Amino acid sequence: MALIEFENVAHSYLRSPARMEDYALRPMNLAWQDGGAYALLGASGSGKTTLLNIISGLLRPSAGRVRFDGRDVTDSSTVQRNIAQVFQFPVIYDTMTVFDNLAFPLRNRGVAAADVRSRVSEVAEMLDLTDHLRWRASGLAADEKQKVSLGRGLVRSDVSAILFDEPLTVIDPNLKWRLRRKLKEIHKRYNTTLIYVTHDQSEALTFADRVVVIHEGSVLQQGTPQELFETPIDRFVGYFIGSPGMNFLPCRLSGDGAEVVGQFVPLAATLLAKATQTTGLEIGIRPEAIGLSSSGSGLAVEIGDVEHLGTRNIATCRLGEHEIKVVVPPEQPILSERGILKFNPAMTRLYADGRLVG
Amino acid sequence: MPTVDWSARGRAMQKWQNQRAWFLVIPVVVLVAFNALIPVMTVVNYSVQDIFDSTHRIFVGTEWYREMLLNTRLQHALLRQLVFSGLVLLIELPLGVAIALTMPRKGGWGLSATLVIVALPLLIPWNVIGTIWVIFLRPDIGLLGHFIDHTLGIHFDYPTVPIQAWISVMMMEVWHWTPLVVLLAYAGLRSIPDAYYQAANIDAASRWAVFWYIQLPKMRGVLTIAVLLRFMDSFLIYTEPFVLTGGGPGDTTTFLSIYLVKLAVGEFDVGKAAAFSIIYFLIVLVFSYVFYQVLLRAQRGEVR
Repeated sequence: MALIEFENVAHSYLRSPARMEDYALRPMNLAWQDGGAYALLGASGSGKTTLLNIISGLLRPSAGRVRFDGRDVTDSSTVQRNIAQVFQFPVIYDTMTVFDNLAFPLRNRGVAAADVRSRVSEVAEMLDLTDHLRWRASGLAADEKQKVSLGRGLVRSDVSAILFDEPLTVIDPNLKWRLRRKLKEIHKRYNTTLIYVTHDQSEALTFADRVVVIHEGSVLQQGTPQELFETPIDRFVGYFIGSPGMNFLPCRLSGDGAEVVGQFVPLAATLLAKATQTTGLEIGIRPEAIGLSSSGSGLAVEIGDVEHLGTRNIATCRLGEHEIKVVVPPEQPILSERGILKFNPAMTRLYADGRLVG
Repeated sequence: MPTVDWSARGRAMQKWQNQRAWFLVIPVVVLVAFNALIPVMTVVNYSVQDIFDSTHRIFVGTEWYREMLLNTRLQHALLRQLVFSGLVLLIELPLGVAIALTMPRKGGWGLSATLVIVALPLLIPWNVIGTIWVIFLRPDIGLLGHFIDHTLGIHFDYPTVPIQAWISVMMMEVWHWTPLVVLLAYAGLRSIPDAYYQAANIDAASRWAVFWYIQLPKMRGVLTIAVLLRFMDSFLIYTEPFVLTGGGPGDTTTFLSIYLVKLAVGEFDVGKAAAFSIIYFLIVLVFSYVFYQVLLRAQRGEVR
C-alpha cells in the first residue's frame, strides 16, 4: 500500500509531440491517497487507460515523475511497483486450471504452497469460483473468465494498489452489481487502494469515495461523488455527471440576481459577490434542483415533452431558445402546456466562460 | 358431423417427402469424379492386373500389393521417408517458431521487408531450388561447398558420401520450407492481444512462462496446420532431392516418391507402381488423420 503521486506527468504516443493535442495525457499533478477507492471517469479516448498504465508501469510517461510513498518509481518495472491490474477483456491462461490461473501471480513471486492454497481458496470463495477450481479455464464462459481475471488481481494481499480498467464491460448487469459490491467489501476489509477506470458515471459514483473526471488528457475535477454532482467545476463535468446533465442558461447580472431571457432569477448574495466579470455568464442548475408548479413566482416556461422513467419524470421546458430539463416526481401531474420553474438558490451555480464562479 | 382422422392425415403428411434435392449434388459428384475418382480408379485398375498391351491382360488380384509390401527396397524407402519427415518436423517447427519470436510484433516498412525476404524461398520453383543447391554445394565453385571443403578443410563430396548427401538434402529442405512455418507462427503471434503480455507482466511471469503459457497455446491452431502441411509435403517430396542427389549415393536418399518414379518410369513396372501408389496414398491419409486427431484432442479437455 502506498501514497501514489504524479509530478508533472505527461504522456504522448508520438515520438516528438509538438502541440498540446499530441499528448494523450497533459501535464498533471495528482495524488492518490493510500487506501482510497477512486474512480477514474471519462469518455472513450480521454486518456483513462494511459493514466492507469502509467501508474502500473506498463507505460513510461514522456515527462514527469511518479512517486510511491515519496520513492521515485518512474523507471521501476511493474513487478517492482507491486501493482495488480485487471483489464477490460478477460485474460486467462488457457492451458491452466482455474486454480493455477489464480495461483500464477503468487507462484511467480515464490509464495509458499500452503499460503498459495489458502489465498486462492479465499479469493475463489469471494468470487463464487470454488466449484470451478479444478476446471480448465479455457472452458469457462466469458463472465466466469473475467472473474478469474479479477481473482488474479485480488489474490495478492500486499499490493501497492489494484487497478481496474473497465473490468465489468463483459459482465451482465445483475452480476455486475454483485461484483461491484464485492469490490467495495474487499476495499473495506483490506483497505487496499483501488483505482477503477470507467466511462459509466453510475458505476463511478456508486463505487468510489473519490471520483476523478478526466477529459482530453486533463483532469478536470477530483472530489466526492456529491461534490461532483453539486458543484461541477465546469460545463463539461456538469453535462457529463448526472442524467440528464446540468442545465446552463446564459444570463446577465441585475440587482440581487440574474436576468434570463427577460425574466428574473434570484441568486445567493455570496455567489454574486464572487462574480467579477459581467459577460459570458451562465446559470448552472441541476434538473433535480428545479421545482415545477403551475402558479406563483418564478420563470414562466412552455412545457414540451415529458419522459416517464418510472421513479421520476423528466420534463423538457422551453424558455426562449433555451431548453431546461426538470425532474418531476411521478405523482405530480403535468396538465397544462405552461408552467413556472423555481430554482433552489442553494443549488444554483454561476459559470463564467464555462468555469464555475466561486 | 364429419369426423377427421387427424392421426391418419399426420402419417400421410410425414410420408410426403421429396428427395429430388439430391439431384443438386450431381455437379459436384461429376467434378470430383473427373478430378479424383477416375484417375485413382485408373491406378486401381493397373494395380490388380498385369497388362501387356491393349488386348492382353491378366487379372492378378492382390499379387502386386503382396509383392510390394514384402519388397525390401520399398520398406527401406519407407523407413528413410519416416526418418526424413520426422527430422523435418523436429527441425523446422522449433526453428520456425524461434525465428518468428525474434521478429517485432509491430513495425513499419522494415517489418514488411523482413517478411518478404523470409518468404522468398517459398516463391522459387522446386527444380530451381534443387539446381541452386547443386551449384551452391559444389566444392569447386559453390559458395558453401568451397567453404566446407577448402576453408574448413573437411573433405566434401556429397554425391558419394551418404551422410553428406543426407545433410545436404536436409539443409535444402529446411532452407526451403522453414519460412512457411515462420509465416504461420508469426501470424499466430500477431493475433495475441497486448493485454495478455501486460497481464503476464503484472503477474510477474518470466519470459519462459510467457512463451509456455501464452504464446505457445495461442499458436496451437496455426502450428497444427504447420505440422500437417510440413508432414504431408515432406512425405511426398520428390523434385528437390531428385535434382540434388538423384536418390543416391546408392539408394541412401531414395525416398518413397523417388523409388516410385524409378519403378514406374525407369523399370516400367506399371502394375507394381500402381499398387505402390495406392499404398503410398493410404499411408499419407492415415498419418494425416492421426496427426489431426491428436492435435485436435490436445485442444479440448475441459476438465483435467
